[in-house]
Amino acid sequence: MMDNFTIKDLMRNKPALIASFVLIALAFTAIVGPFLVHYDPLSMDLDSLRQPPSAKHLLGTDSKGRDILARLVYGARISLSVGILASCLSLGIGIFFGLIAGYFGGRIDAVLSQFFDIFLAFPSLILAIGISAVMPAGLTSAMLAITLVGWAGFARLVRSITLSLKEQTYVEASRALGATSARILSNHILPNALPLIIVAGSLRVGGFILLEAALSFLGLGIQPPTPTWGSMISLNRAFINSAPWMVIFPGIAISITVISFNILGDFLRDKLDPRMQV
Amino acid sequence: MGLYILKRCCLFVPTLLGISLITFILIKHLPGDPVAGMVGERATPETMSRIRTELGLDKPLPYQYVLYVKRVCAGQLGRSIYTNRNIADDLVQKFPNTVKLALAAMLFASISGIGMGVISAVHRGTVWDRIVTLVSVGGISVPVFWLGLTLMLLFSFYFRWLPPSGMGNGNLAFLILPAATLATFSLSYITRITRSSMLETLSQPYVAAARAKGLSETVVVLKHALKNALIPIVTLIGLDLGSYLNGAVLTETIFDWDGLGRYALDGIIKRDYPVIMGTVLFGALIFVAVNLVVDISYHFLDPRVRAKNEA
Repeated sequence: MMDNFTIKDLMRNKPALIASFVLIALAFTAIVGPFLVHYDPLSMDLDSLRQPPSAKHLLGTDSKGRDILARLVYGARISLSVGILASCLSLGIGIFFGLIAGYFGGRIDAVLSQFFDIFLAFPSLILAIGISAVMPAGLTSAMLAITLVGWAGFARLVRSITLSLKEQTYVEASRALGATSARILSNHILPNALPLIIVAGSLRVGGFILLEAALSFLGLGIQPPTPTWGSMISLNRAFINSAPWMVIFPGIAISITVISFNILGDFLRDKLDPRMQV
Repeated sequence: MGLYILKRCCLFVPTLLGISLITFILIKHLPGDPVAGMVGERATPETMSRIRTELGLDKPLPYQYVLYVKRVCAGQLGRSIYTNRNIADDLVQKFPNTVKLALAAMLFASISGIGMGVISAVHRGTVWDRIVTLVSVGGISVPVFWLGLTLMLLFSFYFRWLPPSGMGNGNLAFLILPAATLATFSLSYITRITRSSMLETLSQPYVAAARAKGLSETVVVLKHALKNALIPIVTLIGLDLGSYLNGAVLTETIFDWDGLGRYALDGIIKRDYPVIMGTVLFGALIFVAVNLVVDISYHFLDPRVRAKNEA
């Protein structure tokens, strides 16, 4: 399945190509950006409060005189790392339980599936609010909340893929040769399920970044003064009329990031799994 | 048929228990001592242990969970730490406002989503198709709360067409911006599925036959293609109903709409834990109940679903 996908395909699909460049640029910004911006994202300058964009402050300053571009660049670190880490964590948990439920079936499957359904029965943001509210607000609580919200969807997907893969003849053959369940799962089922899992994961990263932004916006994520894109919007939203740049730019940053992930996810889905087209 | 409903409702019970178990576990992990919060700083240790016994907090956890489920079934979600008002009463009072907002958003999302999807399917590969595709990718990528603020900036402050926030005693002008904001996410999905479903029906032989009969393109598209493309679209609209609760938390906050979402945010800001947990439980219950009703109504509306369920 993986060989259907080549760099040539990516070169031919203009939106996906642009999206990958944007994401590479964003990752680069998140890693080395802090060395490139002139201003410290936390240092306040009381002489230049709420300055509109200018040559001195390219994207203006916020209500404490902090440079918005510098805060956006630092915020990229948090948004990207939370989004990607939460995807990996929830994928890991989802793959583990999904494989077990799908492969062993029977009562194990019934119990596990019931668990998936319970987690999926909550509206995602509502559950994330509940989870992050009981912990001291911060990076860990946001990440844990997003992971706990996301894993069940992956688990259910991996379970259904496993259900169909375990009927394949090569699985049967390997069982006849005396392979253990763990070996069959890790050497036969997981590698064949991987393309679909990658597609599902890439389609969800954008959603996780949005969820992190929403939690930050609600005051449940990483706490000020650390800049995150979501909290930059919530802290400045009272000034939407008088100083709109303070709110508009962080929103554009979130939107561009999430759009790029979604376009790339759509591209991967079309390449790796034509059946899943919506 | 009655059997199917009964079966669905039975499956509902473990889900409800699971939801209550998760909220119970979350409540048990809340920071701070709930009794100390209730009685204040000057209470004697004796008073505190007496209240603890009254509330069953000295009992083992499984027993406490049973007590919790009993209280929830009796509609007792506790009282707000700040206003001391009954949370269940508050939720029941705010819920209609959220329903009103969600219904308006759903109407808007369905009409414009289907419209945009039809346009892009009919004009496949043209500029229109590209614009619609871009809008539908954008709609699921833009943060709801930022979109709301941007719309407010444009239509309330810049053009001065619409009021920026508040409920306006039922004045419909106040409903437009929040409903449009809340609709965007769902609108994008409806557009996508309409487009792909329409592309499929437009390539069917009966559409070619209708064209060959000399029917006008409008009749072919709307009566022959769209009518047959509607089933997956309506399914999506139904299944997506509950997700308006997510958006409502953010939209209501932005537009100062007095519903469940803003109530939850007030709780978050004041760290009013009973309010947060009450809303989480209530939100999940609504979500599950809506999905159950949608499932059962499909069973009656779509013969194919019925056949699959009874097989």
